[in-house]
Amino acid sequence: MTANDPAAGFEPTRLALTAPRPAPLEAAAIDLRGLSRSFGDKQVLRHVDLHVPAGQFLAIVGRSGCGKSTLLRILLGLDAPTSGAVAVGDGRAGSSRIMFQEPRLLPWARVLDNVRVGAPRGGGKAAGRAAAQAALEQVGLGDRAGEWPSVLSGGQKQRVALARALVSRPALLALDEPLGALDALTRIEMQNLLESVWRRQRFTAVLVTHDVSEALALADRVILIEEGRLALDLAVSLPRPRRRGSLEMARLEGEILDRLFGKPAPVERVAAGAPQEAVA
Amino acid sequence: MRFDGKALLAFIIPAALLLSWQALSSLGEIPESVLPAPTAVAAAGWRLAWTGELWSNVTISAWRAVIGLVIGGGVGFAFGLANGLSRLSERLTDPTLQMIRTIPHLAMIPLVILWFGIDETAKIFLVALGVFFPVYLNTLHGIRTVDAQLVEMGRAYGMSAWELFARVVLPGALPSIFVGLRYALGIMWLTLIVAETISASTGLGYMAMNAREFMMVDVVVLSILIYAALGKLADSLARLLERATLSWHPAYLPA
Repeated sequence: MTANDPAAGFEPTRLALTAPRPAPLEAAAIDLRGLSRSFGDKQVLRHVDLHVPAGQFLAIVGRSGCGKSTLLRILLGLDAPTSGAVAVGDGRAGSSRIMFQEPRLLPWARVLDNVRVGAPRGGGKAAGRAAAQAALEQVGLGDRAGEWPSVLSGGQKQRVALARALVSRPALLALDEPLGALDALTRIEMQNLLESVWRRQRFTAVLVTHDVSEALALADRVILIEEGRLALDLAVSLPRPRRRGSLEMARLEGEILDRLFGKPAPVERVAAGAPQEAVA
Repeated sequence: MRFDGKALLAFIIPAALLLSWQALSSLGEIPESVLPAPTAVAAAGWRLAWTGELWSNVTISAWRAVIGLVIGGGVGFAFGLANGLSRLSERLTDPTLQMIRTIPHLAMIPLVILWFGIDETAKIFLVALGVFFPVYLNTLHGIRTVDAQLVEMGRAYGMSAWELFARVVLPGALPSIFVGLRYALGIMWLTLIVAETISASTGLGYMAMNAREFMMVDVVVLSILIYAALGKLADSLARLLERATLSWHPAYLPA
């Protein structure tokens, strides 16, 4: 997939060690071909080709302004590419959802009504409420349905935002650094929640993050974007649930950071997450 | 609202003022021709209420105020919405409105009397003109300052234009719209007092001016106090409305 990317002078690390999960029917596959986006003179994305199989958890890392958020916005249809083709699942309404860095809850709507914002249109009020309540239970806030958002903590607000994103059972969940503003412990809690929800619902997930260790804790595959190009495409086949601070994760993190800071990649680039050394 | 000791604190100074006013009047320190005693003012109120004169003047004034507020506020709200939501509409009308705003609306009184005489239309027109601008400006400002991130969220979650307006833009603009309404209520009474004092044959302002002709200082003071009470009442109603519709706002949450 990186063959026609002029910047890619590497072979993607690709190790299928855990059995590939059967792709859920409703998850969306993503196909980007020759995608470019420029704002005026500034070219933000340069000819990106990317295929994401349905149900994959993809993480996009990169420095600020590398174009990763723009890529996400294009996937969601919030922005249009200057050139190139985008195909996301079947493209039906409500099949793609986004979580922003901020919770972006409506302060004047109760928690349940905020979740209902994400409920499918035309499903009826009662069905919407029931689905919203179920989504709230799923993120562990079933008992806060009647509260105003302003009384919740930052982590709770972000969980409400997750429920809002999940209530329509999306085929694609886009995550635009949704945990960036949380404290370290809440962030780990949210990562675990995200992972368990993803494993249960099997949607395609695209996580944009600055945090390489977060990408490795959650994703099947990490891509690095540099100056609008795909600079690294790394399969992460460590078994789940992953243990933070394991040797393998540290090694992969080092590899990505080295690439980010321009150090030569280590000679040995095999056996990430080999089964015999897998840390459960 | 709970009535505890703290709520009573606010009444200490007014009560002290009233008592000393009464005391000074009873001792003859304040001549009755300058400021009659509170009891005398109360007696005047009782007398006028008995003849029905007070009630008819209060209702006619309140009616003028409300009609003027509804017309001026309604038109101001409509322009605020239109110009907040549409750049085209704003380019078309905002410069003209801003130009008209520079005219103090009370300066229009001579012209308004020439146009409408001294009947109801003149007073209602002046009140409507006075309340138009605070409502217009604050509605416009409220809509313009709605959190763009929430609007983007609404779009990303597939809200239609109407849903976006009803669920995101209008609730977001509401606190600012209420600021405009409360300004407007102040201007409403002010305009009405001036208009009724200058030219009227009914209403509280007329009652005060008429009493002045006959040197009935107690009625003059009574009129002023009733104006104050009506202003306070309107403001309390607006606060109540604000409390009911902005209960989500952290400033109104029960502690």
